Amino acid sequence: MTNVTIIKPKKVLSLRDFKELWDYKELLYFFVWRDFKVRYKQTIIGIGWAIFQPFMTMVVFSIFFGKLLKIPSDGVPYPIFVYTGLLFWQFFSSALSETSNVLISNQAIITKVYFPRLILPLSSVATKLVDFAIASVILAGMMVYYGYTPHLSGLFILPLLLAITFMASVGGGLFLAAINVKYRDVRYVLPFFIQILMFLTPVIYPASIAGKYSWILAFNPMMGVIQSARAGILGTAPINWTLIGISFMACAVLLAIGVIYFKKVERYFADIA
Amino acid sequence: MNNNIIEVKNLGKKYTINHHRGNYVALRDVLTAIIKRPLFFLKKKAKEIAGIDTKEDFWALKDVSFNIEPGEVVGVIGRNGAGKSTLLKILTGITPPTTGEIKMKGKVASLLEVGTGFHPELTGRENIFLNGAILGMTKREILRNFDSIVKFAEIEKFLDTPVKYYSSGMYVRLAFSVASHMEPDVLLVDEVLAVGDTEFQKKCLGKMEEVTNKQGRTILFVSHNLSAIKRLCKKTILLEKGMVKMFDTTEKVIGHYLSISTQNAVNNFEFDQNKKAQVTRVSIKNKNDNFNSQIPIEEKFYIEIDFEVLKQTKAILSILFFSEGDILLLSSESDKDATIREYLPGKYKTKVTVPSHLFNVGMYFFEIRIHRPGVELIDFKQNINFEIKDSNDNPHSIIFNGEHSGKIATILDYQTKKIND
Repeated sequence: MTNVTIIKPKKVLSLRDFKELWDYKELLYFFVWRDFKVRYKQTIIGIGWAIFQPFMTMVVFSIFFGKLLKIPSDGVPYPIFVYTGLLFWQFFSSALSETSNVLISNQAIITKVYFPRLILPLSSVATKLVDFAIASVILAGMMVYYGYTPHLSGLFILPLLLAITFMASVGGGLFLAAINVKYRDVRYVLPFFIQILMFLTPVIYPASIAGKYSWILAFNPMMGVIQSARAGILGTAPINWTLIGISFMACAVLLAIGVIYFKKVERYFADIA
Repeated sequence: MNNNIIEVKNLGKKYTINHHRGNYVALRDVLTAIIKRPLFFLKKKAKEIAGIDTKEDFWALKDVSFNIEPGEVVGVIGRNGAGKSTLLKILTGITPPTTGEIKMKGKVASLLEVGTGFHPELTGRENIFLNGAILGMTKREILRNFDSIVKFAEIEKFLDTPVKYYSSGMYVRLAFSVASHMEPDVLLVDEVLAVGDTEFQKKCLGKMEEVTNKQGRTILFVSHNLSAIKRLCKKTILLEKGMVKMFDTTEKVIGHYLSISTQNAVNNFEFDQNKKAQVTRVSIKNKNDNFNSQIPIEEKFYIEIDFEVLKQTKAILSILFFSEGDILLLSSESDKDATIREYLPGKYKTKVTVPSHLFNVGMYFFEIRIHRPGVELIDFKQNINFEIKDSNDNPHSIIFNGEHSGKIATILDYQTKKIND
């Protein structure tokens, strides 16, 4: 009997929260494992879904925006260009919408067992990361098909870009998840909001069309990520470290706001859920 | 340095009424309110910040203090809304207290429900790991106990079948089996035994007894089931209106509890949006249709049950009558024709007639259930009580001087003939 549990009226945020998160890492693993198992049992096409979704979107976008509207793609074949954007965008948007619902969909567990609630959003974003890995196989396939050699330098910044996307979706997701518990109608607006955000992010068009004002767009963290992914992997432009820096800062702020708000509302999840 | 394993000091939990009801707000409503009456909204916000808010506070727990020594098994009883569940939720960390402090030594685990987090698509094997992890077991602990869990649940053959194909019996057995293999120093248990059939409840009680006796674990056991409390707990806490009314030996506390139980003829229950059917009100009426829960033994009385169905379902309405925790009678609306009714969404009112001279003089409790026997328990409301009184014009009391023993007072027909000369 070494450890003593002390329960007191809660502060918003303390260092103990992070230590506790570490103590529960095994549960985090189990939640990811559960989401994954369930997902690939429920959908008949299984892993195919993780590939099918971005792939079909890419095909449709390539036909309409690439072929018919002739949107510039910085000299890269449009399918590869748009797929690189979609890969990161879908990771971000699906993680964001999943995370924003995570407290409602796990209500039964939240009201019956204690564990650091932060685990739930983290696990849903981590699950999407696996989807990302599967979907990126297609990108490799497309590069082979088009005979396009990826730039090795790009592979080095990939983890950094993933980290930024991860932070952005966790930060935004935490904030939305907490709001969602309080105001249950938010989730109906969210898909619309995410769609608008996609058009504000250079997914289907190159950021270069914004010209010298493109740095403003960098406050949208996903803009920096997608722009840099293309610059790095496809070599459309030299990697713009200032851009990555701004995106990173914006994400860090978003994450901090998300965590603080989430912890603030967390105290009464179980009471109002 | 004291020896207590659980120390609870001045614990309090405040709900503002709208939180307590579990109502959530729509952002749309808040926004329209701001746009329509911006001044009013600002004033309200200012008041909230200044702390002169008009919102009503409700203390679910107030100034609760007690200590528990290692190895003690302590029961917690009290009427609906006395704060039992709130106390447990705070002890488990699900919701934080408003005031006070709790110190617990060692590994703490809680069991507020069996099968928390079970996923129907996953197999029995997978669910053992998932559920175990949610309950706070490490992977190593689960692996070590795996065979024993499977054995107790008797599901060897179906280990790799998704639990959605399990019968409800198998499902509950597996869930309980995982839960009973937790190895904490302090275990907090709530009403778990309310699920399942009587046979299964017995098995669970047996297992609980084994756990408490053998392993010397400290257990806090919240229940309405007085006989289970009697069997398992040496000491019991009685909560009343969020405060500790009594903390003594189980025998004394239960005796006191039964004697003070207030006589409420009308019992209203909180509405839960998530249930497809639920009892909203239960009232007791005497033969003249007046609300009264003190019934003379020679009069019939009525139990009126108001319930609401939100989603069409098959269900049976049942009443379980208890005396000191033992089931006296299980009565169902299907008793006559053995059919399960199909309920369409809507409000219903059922009037049950209880004949005179069924129960003997004394205190009784009953529980209302809306269920599909052996399939699911849709809703249950426990701990509704009534008292059967002896009255002056009861001819039996003259003969037996009020000492008529037994729980049942049915008058049987005696026909005696002299058969020899």
